Formats: sequence, structure tokens, C-alpha cells
Amino acid sequence: MGLLSDPNRRRALINLLTRLNAPICGMPVEWLVKTMQARGLEVYTQRFSRTLPFPDENKERYMVKGTNVYGILRAPRAPRTEALVLSAPCTPGDNNNQAVGLLLGLAQYFRNQIYWAKDIIFLVNDHDLIGMQAWLEGYHHTNTTGMDWSPLQGRGGSIQAALSLELSSDVVTSMDLVLEGLNGQLPNLDLANLFYAFCQKIGVLCTIQGKLQRNDWDSVSGYSHAVQTMMLMVMKQASGRPWGDHGLFLRYHIEAATIKGINSFRQYKTDATTIGRLLEGMYRKLNNLLERLHQSYFFYLMPSLSHFVSIGYYMPAFGLLAVILLLRALDLWVQLATPPPTTEDGIADIEQSSPGVLSVLTPLVISHLTGAALYMLPIRFQEMAVEHFPVSETEAVVLTAIAVYTAGLALPHNTHRLLSGEGTEQGWRVLKLVALLYLAVLLGCTALINFSLGFILALTLVPAAAFVTPHVPKVLSAFVLVILSPACTLLFSVFFFQELQEMPVSFLDGWLLYLSVISQGILDHFLYGSLVYPLIALLVYPCWLLFWNILFWK
Amino acid sequence: QEFSCQIWGIFFLKKTFKGNLRNYWNFLPEGFINTQLFTRFLSRISQDSAGQFFSSGHTNNWAVLVCTSRFWFNYRHVANTLSVYRSVKRLGIPDSHIVLMLADDMACNHRNPKPATVFSHKNMELNVYGDDVEVDYRGYEVTVENFLRVLTGRLPPSTPRSKRLLSDDRSNILIYLTGHGGNGFLKFQDSEEISNVELADAFEQMWQKRRYNELLFIIDTCQGASMYERFYSPNLMALASSQVGEDSLSHQPDLAIGVHLMDRYTFYLLEFLEDIHPASKANMNDLFKVCPKSQCVSTPGHRTDLFLRDPGSVLITDFFGSVRKVEITTEAIDLTDPIKEVEERPANGDVHKEMHSYVDQLPVSEIIHQKPKQKDWHPPDGFILGLWTLILLVFFQTYGVKHLRHIF
Repeated sequence: MGLLSDPNRRRALINLLTRLNAPICGMPVEWLVKTMQARGLEVYTQRFSRTLPFPDENKERYMVKGTNVYGILRAPRAPRTEALVLSAPCTPGDNNNQAVGLLLGLAQYFRNQIYWAKDIIFLVNDHDLIGMQAWLEGYHHTNTTGMDWSPLQGRGGSIQAALSLELSSDVVTSMDLVLEGLNGQLPNLDLANLFYAFCQKIGVLCTIQGKLQRNDWDSVSGYSHAVQTMMLMVMKQASGRPWGDHGLFLRYHIEAATIKGINSFRQYKTDATTIGRLLEGMYRKLNNLLERLHQSYFFYLMPSLSHFVSIGYYMPAFGLLAVILLLRALDLWVQLATPPPTTEDGIADIEQSSPGVLSVLTPLVISHLTGAALYMLPIRFQEMAVEHFPVSETEAVVLTAIAVYTAGLALPHNTHRLLSGEGTEQGWRVLKLVALLYLAVLLGCTALINFSLGFILALTLVPAAAFVTPHVPKVLSAFVLVILSPACTLLFSVFFFQELQEMPVSFLDGWLLYLSVISQGILDHFLYGSLVYPLIALLVYPCWLLFWNILFWK
Repeated sequence: QEFSCQIWGIFFLKKTFKGNLRNYWNFLPEGFINTQLFTRFLSRISQDSAGQFFSSGHTNNWAVLVCTSRFWFNYRHVANTLSVYRSVKRLGIPDSHIVLMLADDMACNHRNPKPATVFSHKNMELNVYGDDVEVDYRGYEVTVENFLRVLTGRLPPSTPRSKRLLSDDRSNILIYLTGHGGNGFLKFQDSEEISNVELADAFEQMWQKRRYNELLFIIDTCQGASMYERFYSPNLMALASSQVGEDSLSHQPDLAIGVHLMDRYTFYLLEFLEDIHPASKANMNDLFKVCPKSQCVSTPGHRTDLFLRDPGSVLITDFFGSVRKVEITTEAIDLTDPIKEVEERPANGDVHKEMHSYVDQLPVSEIIHQKPKQKDWHPPDGFILGLWTLILLVFFQTYGVKHLRHIF
């Protein structure tokens, strides 16, 4: 019982897969429509087009156009109120042809069963994430990113769960599970547990972050392996980008995960039929669901597929870091409140001891204006930059961003000219108090939404914020503060990430990777609404500039 | 004693002769001596047995079978209830005397790969749904309120007969509950609970309203024994699938259907009941032995202290079947003499338990001439003491202690 116990079906699937081994140029829309209709699905297409803010190095053009094709398998007896989605991104070349073939084979098998209580939507999306975003926006009648798409002709009810397939070769040795989604959102842990349980039942090797699970938890090497896996997840979550097509579903409260087939040239190989059985089992389990997955954790970190760290365990670590800021602020408050011991004239003291909130306002406003400049200038002035410098648009954007960032470092000298000779002892205390509270609130909110991002920022910014005063040695602390700034944190994270994935890069490659990461971050923000870039540019960077201001307080 | 006839007939004597009719037929020609003495002896026996016939316990049987949980993964609870329904129907209780309450429809659930069937054995050996199932309360009608109303008979006048428990004081009722439960409660439909106290009170209402002669209560849930702990009405016998603190486990999953099909206790109960036929002499002691710990993993329990008769003398068919006592005779029996009540002789020679009678429902004379109850005196509690202390403190604060001398 189960998929492909019938040899005819098995042969049909293998035929389909070998046909698809031929490279597909663009998206074979007509062929897909015909094939899906032959399998008894209701087939619809959706056209979309998107103007990119700057041409990506992958796409090298401003306008991206595409067509999504999806077929709906209607549940034989159920009302059309709920749906499940199985998607495979179809990219030009033979990147994902196996997945499309498997999807069509599964569609044919599923069509013959009578126990489906939800509609199943088989989606082949064009241009990866852009097509997926267009389809989701069309399905839910929202338009958050300014994309242009044709409305969907056929719909299936509210989507309960979704899986995205990525298979690049017909020989697969292990299945990798990708959970991290947009803005660090994760699907319900039950979905990961479901995948792992089925892998074990069928006997397929499964991995997370590309790393196999080890059995020796007590030994040092086993422990460090687990820590490395968890750090990889932290890095991926902090980047805020969707690491698979599933990442865009999470925003609509649809539990989704991406399953990648990996060929790591092991001796024991799995074939498409086993993967088909795995998917069939998962879909049957999802079919039996009566409500959305909500019983397990939504916030967790996974050192391996069978272990997880829940929010109750990792939040106190962040809480302790945030407490440092609050204690410092409390200390400053007490210092501000107690009058200085050597005073003679009461009136002068009052004037001196309360510089007022207004004096703090100037550095605040200027820092935020710099942040706004960092957010807006790179995109606005890319044409001007391309005219004057021999760089491509992408490089122009990134280099403008770095330039604005570095220009911000020169601010304190200019700010003080604007200030009406304030440079008092109390002045910087008030500013630091405000900056500490601002940073605490900012990091707290970030950690709630995207814990990894908040934690990494806290690790670097909290020590900087705590120790900086105008009285520490200037050169050394300036150097340390720059090292701990968000941009350098990102640079180190890139190198660290490559190390963790066991693909260390040289400095030059790392630098180029860093530039591409910045451009991807900006692009993600404009295409899917990722919040990392505006957060860093508009909030974290000005906060860091305030501390830079304090360091150079005269 | 006048004898007006000779008795030839076939007696179906339950207590005097332990064998069935065939045995007696074999006995009769051998031992028959056509003498006056023997005729006299036989007629006395017939009068005694006639006495027994008219002093037997119950005259009709009812069954209330309830499945309290919904959702596809609780398939096994519906299968439990339907298998007991099947046994009860097979042994003779008609649909008009069965109140079947199923909280969800498994047979026609969209997820059922075999629509219109509910299986109790894997590999689809036994379909307990059949084509003549009559469900009286279905879906969201299975609530605690409806269940208690059915038991106590307090239903609105518009309720049809099929939804009523029209039992009288000569009815033996079988009540079977299954679902998810805990220590002292049973969960209905994932949204409400019935507690063991409520259930015990409902049975007491039934006793006071003379709605049952004897009642057998079977429950197959986790910690089921807690549900019969609070019973206090007479003539109740209870069985449960697990003790307090234990979980009742399910039996076996079917890989094609994808869910567990039955609970262990009811599975072995069904196996036991399949061997029972309407003439079977199996008694309650056999029922207590169903599903020992080795098969059930949990420890089934039972309670018989409220039951008047000895469980060993209670037949399974007294509750699970609707067995009529039939005596075919070609002779007329003289019933001019008053029928003597046959004294029950307990097997182990214990003292006869006291007879329970129905309570006087409304002691009007007592109410009218009641004297007011004298309230016991309690020392003032903390609040009053505190209040007075506060008043005194304020008084002395205001006026000073030195004024005390003037007051006292």
C-alpha cells in the first residue's frame, strides 16, 4: 500500500523524470498545463512582473517577468475549505527539473485516492521567490511589495501547510530540511518533527543545515558538532532572508518547510520513489490534521533534528545581556540625580546639572538623519554613481551604502559645531542614558521578532554601549567601537558562516561575498519586505552613532 | 393442597435444575413414576417455579451507549461504542430500547479510505457499522446536558421516542461510556466534562424516580475507575478499563486507514461477547475476568458493593441481552393460592442484605411541623475581631490612654 507499489506507476514516474533531465529553457508553461490537465487537476496560470530597484547580479536586468503554473486537486468528498500546497520552483537550466517531475508523479498518484479531506495545490513557480511572492499575494488578495500580478482564477480555501521541493539530481543520498524563513520566522516545530519521524520510518538519511546527526552527545566533539549546527541556524535566522520558497508562506501563518535532496556521493543512495513515499506519508499526515499546527513551539533553535532549544531556554541569555544596559542606565540616572559635591552657587548648579532633553535632541536627530540617508541614498543615486564611476549598478548601491556608513563616522566633529557649546559633563550622561534605553528597547523588540539577529547585535553592541564614555582612551576605544559596529559584525559573520559550513574563503572572496550579502539584504527588503536592512539602517546604525558621539564628546 | 392436574410440560427452571431443557427431557422418562406422590412433588415444584417466575427481577432491557469524542483520530471510540451496540443488538435488545450517542461520524468522514464502514479489527475483518445502525444522538447533540436528561428522563415534550430512555422500575439498563477521561471526569466533545459526582447524582435521581431495576455501568477511558467511585445508589454494578492513575491503551492501528481501531478493553470485551448467545449462562464473574493486565496493560476494575445479588448469579444476558423467560406448558396452573415469595438463599450462607425501598419523596408532615433549627453559637471570627480591635485602637489613639482612667 502506498506510492509506487504498482510497477506501472513506478515506470511512468521514471519516464517522466528521465524526460525532464533535458534542460528546460525558461518555463515550459504550455507543456506543464497540458501535463497537469492530463492528470486530472484544475490548472491555472498567473503572470507577474516586477521592477527591481537595481539589477541583481543574477538577473542583470531591471524587469523580471514570469508565469506561475498551478494545478488544484480537489478533495473528492470534502468541502473546499482547506488546502495543502506542494511547490517546486522551476528555474532555467536543469536546476530543479527532478522536483517538477516528482511533483507531477505525486499528482497522478494522489488523484486516485479518496481519502483527501483538503484540496492539494501543486504549484510550479517561476523565478523562485519572486514568483512565490506573486502567487501568495494573489492568493491572499494582498499587495505588500508593489508587485504586478494577474489575479488568480482558481483558489482552494485557506492553506494549512506547504512543502517546497528542491531536487537537483536524480540520485539523492540525503534529504535536507530547511526551516528558516523571512525575517527569521520559523514554522511550527511539529513540521520538523513530522519530517524527521518519516525519514526514520522510511530509512532515508536526513540532515539539517547540511549536517548529519551524531550519536555521541556527551563527547566534546559531539557537543561542538551540535553547537556548530545551532550556530549555522542562528546565522541563517539572523540574516532575515527566506532560505527556501517556504519562507514566504510563514508570514501568512502557513506552516511550511523546504526539503532539499542532496547528493553527497555516499554509497547508499535513495531514489525518487522513496522520496515520493516520504512525501506521500507527510501529506497524509497533514491531511489528517483538523486544525492548523499550533501545539508545538514556534520559537526554537535546533542543534540537530532530534533536539531543540526552546525560547524558554535561550531568552534568559538575551535577558541577561539586556540587563547590563538597564543597570548602566540606572547607574547614570543615579549619577545625574545626585548633585555634584563641590558646589557653591545653587543656581549655576541647577543650570549645569540639568542640560535638558533638548540638548540630547540634536545628536539624536542628526544620527537618525544619517540613518535615513543610509537607507535612501544608495538606491536613489545609483544612476549618478554609475555615470561617474566604472561600476555596475549593484556595486554602486553597495559601495554608496558603505560610503554613507563611513561618512557617518566623521559626524561628531561636525555635530559639536552645531551644538551651542554644550560639551558638559552632564550632557553626555543624559545622552548616554537616552542611548542606553533606546538600545535596550531596540534590542528587546528585535529579539522578540528575530531572536538570532537581536542576540548577535546584543553581543556586539552591549559591551560597546556599556563601556563607552568620553574619558576612555580615544584611539583604542574608537577602534573597538568600529569593530563592534553593525557593519563589521556583518563582515565577521560572513567569514564565520563560511567557516561553519566548512567552506572557508580567502579575504578577497570574503569581501566580495560581503558586498553581495549587503546587496541581497537591500534587495530582499524591496522584494519581499525583509526588515533587516531598514532595521540596521534606520535604527541600529543611528543608535551606534550616538555612542560614537559620546566617545568624541568634548 | 389440591392438585387439579398432572404436569407433563417442559420447565425451564433456572435455579432448581442447572441443566437446560434437553437434560431434563433425558431425565424425565427415566425417573418418571406415575404415582400420586410424584405428581404432588411436581406440582409443588411448578408452583414454586411459578412463584419464581413472577418474582423475578427485570422484565425489560435498555442500553445507553455513548461515545463522547469527536475528530478523526478518535476513530477508536466510535468503533468501541459500535461494537458494544452490535453485541447488544445481536443478543436481543431492539433499537427502540437502545439510545446510541455518537459524537462524530467516522463512517462518512472525508478521511475514511473505506467510506460507510467502521472497522474494529485490522485488515478490515469486522465492520461494526453495518447497514442497520440507528444513531439517536449524533454530532453536537452529544452533550453532558443531553446525556443527563436522557438518564433522568427530563426531556422536553417534543423529544421523539427514539431519543428517550423510557425505562421503568423493572428495567435492567446497560450504560457504556467511552472517550477521553481523567481522574473524576469524562470529556465530552473536547469542550466540556461530566464529573463522577454528577453521574452518581444522576443515578440517584434515576433510583428515586424508579427508573431502573438494576444498572450495569461500563466505562472505557483513562482512569475510568474514578468515575464509579462516587456511586451511592443501590443496584449498581460498575466496570472500568483502568484504575486511577493508569491510562487505557488502544489496541492496534490499521495502516491503511491510518488510525487506531479499538481500545484494548473493548476489543477483548467484544471478543468475549461474541461467544455469548441468548441462552448463554455466563455470569458477571466471567465479565470481570475480561482483559487481564497481561492483555490490557491497565488493570480493569469493578465495583459490586452496591449490587444486591451475588455477581456470580447475574447472567451476562441480564444486561446485554433481552432474554425473555419462556415457559411452554399445555396444562393450566391453578393460581388461586397467593404466590409465595421465594426466599433467596445466598450461596455462601451470608446474612441476607437489607431490602431497599423507595424513599418517601416529599415528607410533607415533617416540613409543616418543623421547628426552627437552633443555630450553634460560634465565637466571633477573625474579621469581627479585627474590626473591633481597629475601632478600639482608633478610640484610644484619639483620646489617649490617660482617659481610660476616667472611663473605667
